[in-house]
This record gives sequence, C-alpha cells and structure tokens, in this order.
Amino acid sequence: MATQPVIEFRSVTKRFGTLTANDRVSLSLDRGEVLALLGENGAGKTTLMNILFGHYRADEGDVLVDGRALEPGSTRAAIDAGVGMVHQHFTLADNLTVLDNITLGTESLWSLRQDKKRARSKLDAMIEDYGLYVDPDAFVSELSVGERQRVEILKALYRDARILILDEPTAVLTPQEAEQLFSTLESLRRDGLAVIFISHKLHEILAVSDRVSVLRRGALVATVETRTANREDLAELMVGEAVVRPKLKPLEAGPPVLEMDKVSTRNGALQEVDLTVRAHEIVGIAGVAGNGQSALADVLSGLEKDFSGQVLLNAQPFSAGNPRNVVASGVGRIPEDRHSRGMVGDMEIWENLISEDVRTAAMSKSGFLINRSAAIDRTRRQIEEFDVRCEGPNAPTKLLSGGNMQKLILARALSRNPSFILANQPVRGLDEGAIAFVQGRLLAARARGAAILLVSEDLDELMSLSDRIAVIYQGRLSEARPGSERTIAELGLMMAGQSDRGEAA
Amino acid sequence: MVIEPRSSVSIWRAGLAPIWAILVSLLLCAGLVAWAGASVPTAYGLLLKGAFGSSFAINETLTRSIPLIFTGLAVSIAFKAKFYNIGAEGQLYAGALAATFFGTGLVTLPPVLMIPFLMIAGAVAGGLLLLLPVLLKTKLKVDEVVTTLLLNFVVLLLVSYLIEGPWKDPMSLGWPQAASIVDEGVLPGLLAKGRLHFGFVIAVVLAIGLWAMMRFTVQGYEIRAVGYNARAAEFSGIKINRTVIMTAMISGGLAGMAGVSETAGLKGYLTLDLSPGFGYTGIAVAMLAQLNPLAVIPAAIFLSAVYVGSDAMSRAVNIPTYIADVIVGVSVLAVLCSVMFSQYRVRWRG
Repeated sequence: MATQPVIEFRSVTKRFGTLTANDRVSLSLDRGEVLALLGENGAGKTTLMNILFGHYRADEGDVLVDGRALEPGSTRAAIDAGVGMVHQHFTLADNLTVLDNITLGTESLWSLRQDKKRARSKLDAMIEDYGLYVDPDAFVSELSVGERQRVEILKALYRDARILILDEPTAVLTPQEAEQLFSTLESLRRDGLAVIFISHKLHEILAVSDRVSVLRRGALVATVETRTANREDLAELMVGEAVVRPKLKPLEAGPPVLEMDKVSTRNGALQEVDLTVRAHEIVGIAGVAGNGQSALADVLSGLEKDFSGQVLLNAQPFSAGNPRNVVASGVGRIPEDRHSRGMVGDMEIWENLISEDVRTAAMSKSGFLINRSAAIDRTRRQIEEFDVRCEGPNAPTKLLSGGNMQKLILARALSRNPSFILANQPVRGLDEGAIAFVQGRLLAARARGAAILLVSEDLDELMSLSDRIAVIYQGRLSEARPGSERTIAELGLMMAGQSDRGEAA
Repeated sequence: MVIEPRSSVSIWRAGLAPIWAILVSLLLCAGLVAWAGASVPTAYGLLLKGAFGSSFAINETLTRSIPLIFTGLAVSIAFKAKFYNIGAEGQLYAGALAATFFGTGLVTLPPVLMIPFLMIAGAVAGGLLLLLPVLLKTKLKVDEVVTTLLLNFVVLLLVSYLIEGPWKDPMSLGWPQAASIVDEGVLPGLLAKGRLHFGFVIAVVLAIGLWAMMRFTVQGYEIRAVGYNARAAEFSGIKINRTVIMTAMISGGLAGMAGVSETAGLKGYLTLDLSPGFGYTGIAVAMLAQLNPLAVIPAAIFLSAVYVGSDAMSRAVNIPTYIADVIVGVSVLAVLCSVMFSQYRVRWRG
C-alpha cells in the first residue's frame, strides 16, 4: 500500500545536557492503526510524545504530519494538525462541567455568546459513537478517575483530533474500566484515527495494538507486528536482557504478627478494618487509588493516631502515632511516594539512611551529636548490600534514579530485619530490573519470617506476590483470601464496589 | 527561551553565586550613580574608602555589622526550617526592652555575670515575642509572614510609649530615651579607639556555634530535614511542630540579642532609633549568605560596608545615601537570580 503515513518521525534526536533522551528515532503511523510505544521509565517515550505535541523541540530530525513538517515547539500547530494528547496527569478544571471543560479554549475569546447547542450535539454524538459515556452537565469534581479520562479523550476528539496519544492510560483504571477503554480504542481505530498507546504493561499492549515500537535508553530497538510478538520477547527487547521476576514459593504461615481489630479512623477513611498478617506471609491489598489505602498506611506507619479499634504487633500494643517507636518495635516501612515521603532530596544519602534512628545510641551521642563516622560506615555497607548505584554515602539523594532511591528506602526499612513490613506501592514507576530486585527482597524477608502487607494498584503484581488478597473499597476491607480463590475479574468488580460474593453467601 | 534544570551543580558555581551577584549589583547601581551626575570610579572609590579606607572606617564597618550578624543568623536559621520570620526587627526591640528593664538598675551583678544575664534576658524576650506567631502557625496554620511582620509595629509602638512615658529618663533633658544601662552591663570596647565592642565577639562565636549545630547535631539535622521536606521528616518520626517551635525560639533569641548588643554595647540606652531596620536588613544578609551561618559574617560585613561607605560617599559627591538601600536591594535580587542560574540553565532559541 502506498498510502501516506499520518505521522512520521524522521531521525528525531533530543538531548538534555549529556543525556540523550531520544537517539535518531524513526517511526511512522498509518490511519486506523494503534501503535504501542513500549519502554522502561526513562526510555524516552514521553519525551518523544512531547516533541510531537510541541512541548519540546527536537535537536535534530523532523516530525511530519500528513507528509508536511510540523512546526517544532508549537502546541498550537500540533493541535491544528490534529494531534490530541491525554496526559498521565489530567488537565481538567474541577469546578467546571464536562461540557465547559471540553469547549474551553475552542471558542473565540471575542465572541460574546457561546454556541452551547451546537457543542452539545457534537459532544452527544461522540459519546454515543465511541462509548465514552459521561454526563455532559456533571461537574468534573464529581467524576471518577475513569470518567475523567473519558472527558480528556472527548476533549481531544472535540478538537477534531485524528491522532490520539494516550500516556500510560490504564495506570489509574480498574480492570473493567481498562476493558472499556480498549473497546473505545477499537471503535476509534475503525473510524480511521491513529492512536499511540504508551505503556509498560505487556499484556495490555498485546491486547490492543497493531504494532509495537520498543524504546530502550532513547533509541528505537525494534518495531514488531503485535500478532507475531509474545510477552517474553517484548520484555527482553525492553530491558535488553532476559528478566525473570521472582516467584512466590509456598510457605507455612507462622503466628500472627499484625492484628487489626475494627480499626476506624475519625475522618471515616477507614471503617472497621479487620486484618491479620502472619509470619512468612504476604497479604496484598487491592483497590483503586483513594479508597483508604493511604489511611491504612498512615495508621501502620505511625503517622495517624486518631483511630478507634485495636492494633497489635507481635501481641503487643502498637505505638500509634509515633513513627520512631513504630520502627523501633520492628516495623519496616516503604512509603507510597518515595520523593515526598521517603527521602529528603536535598540531603546526602547517609543523612537519609539515619533519619529513622538518628536519636538512638548507635547513631548519636545522647541524642545530641551525630555519630557521623558510624553513620557513613553503615551507609557504605547498605549501599553495597542493596546494590545502590551512586557515588558514595555523601552523594546528594535527589540525583538518584527512582530505582536507586527505592533501594535506599529498602535498605533503611529492611536492614533491621523487621518482623512486619508495610510495602505501599513498592514497585510503582520502577523499571523491570528494579522491580525484580525489590520483589526479590520482599520475598527474601518473607522467607526469613517477616509478615508483609503489600498495597498495590497492580493486580498482576498482587496475584504473583501475595499469599492472600483483600480488596479495599471506600474505607472497608474485604476478607483476605488466597489469590487462587479469586479471578482478576472478580477482584476488579470488588474494587468497583461490588461486595464479595463469597462473603455474601 | 527555555529554562532547564542543570543535571548537577558544581560547588564553585554554587559558591560563587553571591560574588557574581555583588558584582552585578554594583554594575547596575553604577548606572544610577552616573545618572545622579557623579563619576562612577570616584563614587565607588569613595565608598570603598569610606568603608575600609582607615582604621576608623574599618572599626565603624565592623561595629555596624554586629547587629546584622545577629539578625542575619536569626533569619538564616528560621528560613532554613521554612519558618519565614520577618519579625527580627521587633524581636530586636524586645531584646532591647529586656536589657533596659533589667539593666538600668533593677539587677546589678559583676560584669562577668551581668553581661551574660542581659544577653539571655534579651534572647528570652525575643523568643517569647516569636512564641505567639509560631504557635499560631503550628496550631492554626496562620501565615507567620503576616503575624511576625505586624508584630514589629506593635513592639515599636510599645517602645515609643515606654520611652516617652513610664521609662523616660528624667535626666535626658526631654529627649525620648530610657535610662542608661548600668556600668556592669555595658559591653566593653575591643580597641582603645573606636566604637567596636564585645558584641562582635559574641556574634562571631554564635555564628560558629550555629554552623556547628546545623552540621553536627541531631537538632540541626532535624531542622534541615523539616525545612527541606517536612513530609519526609514527619514520616521518619521527626516532630515537625516541636522542631519549628524550637527553631523559632532560637531565631527570636538571636534577634533579641541584637537588641541587647546595640543597647548595652553601642548606645548605652534605649531610643526609638536604636535600629534603622537591622531586622529587615538581616533578611538581606541571610539571603546573601544563602542561609549558611558562617557566610552570615562576611555577608553582614559587606552590607555594613555598603551602608557605612555610602555615608562617606554621599557626603563627598552629593548622592543621596539611599543609594546604599538600592545597592542592598539589588544585590539581594541578584543573589536570588544567580542562585537560580547556578541550578538552571537558560537557552535562547526561537
């Protein structure tokens, strides 16, 4: 076929200082095609799309839309050429209705009245055609995450986008919402739209795309037909070597380590949560973000003390509301957000590794003078043991990659051999190599006898790592049952609020 | 124009930022000097001579730097914890009030005890004045910039009332000033001639002590952690409110000591013009020093030299002394810009 590609990247190169984010990337996309862009974090996927959308300018090379060079560095030119982008983080005004959000910026600034009627009929047609169901008069603040994403897509389509870029669209969705998104993509494809789907989740890419382009360290390593691809090959192309994620080996669970009995927080974020985690056991908590995971983590990290009910750790009362005592009593904590909660970026590595026990006798003299040499010695050992790639204990923390930062957090949390480990989204945003490392460490801790609570939004991760899984929805926690007793579809329904059929019986 | 973060910031680039800033501000102010009709080399020559040209000039410059070191330290430590204390001026006067209350006859001790006693009394007064804003901030999240700034005027009016009324020295021939500090409480001079007094030694020792505290102690570590990332500090078990309150007490205490040092070291008695805005200039000192307690000393001496030197310059070439305020203001702006440029690069394209 001699049809002209809708989009063509010709040898696009983008450098940030010494880092080459995109290295002579060439790819093309036809009408009615879904191209998946696969790559680890930092492989250059988002940079490439930002060049297309005019957020960045390429240092070398061109982007062609319909055979014509796109004016570099101009978002307006990209939109006019029919490019629409749905960012990972939504760009909607909460206090406006869906309709207003969608028409925002499309009306002339000087026209005195808006043509609401025409806008509404156009929007209604799009909602019907593509199955993007959302109430045009609802305020965005009332919408669920999945609905907000639909508004973003409608916004792009309303501007007559013919090329739709979706940046990690499923990261915030339940499995059912993701399915719905995939069927929308299918109908868009039938209408001749070209879609670029950015992801690092292999099974999704295999499900929705026609072709897969794999980026590694800024360079395009391969473009393959999805029909001929399989999971293992894609993973290897993405990482550059064969990666084996650690597997769960069956172990006999030991005595209860963490026991929660009817725990409710004052603000209602948690409601009568019962949970037991035993030694040699990983209990996974599934749920869509914002259903009480943070409140649960705050209680168990020692940040929240405003709750009722009972928490026991190794049959002893829990030091609620006091992180240092919680840590001293044998809890290792991996916070959800390593940048804002986990590490102080402006401090040196050794300073971050002593933050939990700086007042103990090992790290300071009578809680006053910091024992710097002891701290640096210990940090050096931890850097070695946890394979942190850095210049040394005195390196500034903020220059570390996400994976290395997470290894530091692991080093801090696991070095004291805690009996209970709270792992909140421990591999979110990490690349395959770092994921395997973190999961391997958690499994090693389980083998040693630790009880682990794993909070995650990724059902695959929960299924492969957890002995038992519970679902949290609007502050209520379901019974934790072995992963083998529930399917991903069932868990997805529970995440969306349907009660556990097993329990109802 | 694109502004991009630098991937790494070299030590020399970060360290030289204030020097660049000072050069840039002198260059910009040269334009103003020329506009005022004076020769730029002559004017700057006179400024330099007025600040460092004779032992008397150096003596004056160092004397004037003493309150700036105290207030510069006060602001540095507070800003380091992201507690924006704009009230050093008021805390300075609170310290001066304490020195006057205890030091004009109520308590008399031998000098080795009297001087530390007055210093501590002033520090407590300065700290107490900051207690209300810091509690409002930690308990009710009231913005401390507003409360500390407005308290300055409250304190200044209180001083005005006291020295015009109940504390007015009957021997002052009608001038609004308080009674003199007793001889035992007066800070001794350091040199046979000139006004430089023992307050300078106290200020320098405190600067070194504060630097060591920030670098070597658990408390300094916690203050830095809270300032850089309060959420991470809280997660690792640092008590945010307690740390901020402690920082505020140190900050207010240092500013209070500036008031004692001025009252008991320089003037000998409290007046309403005890401080021509030393508390506010302390903010400039702290910014110029990039909140490093050791760098506060040269930064305070530099700003003091600008003020002292511009006095001499304006007398000789007839430029208003306000040029000093302009230089100080521009140099603070320039240091903020140069700090940004040391961390970001600007690329001009398209």
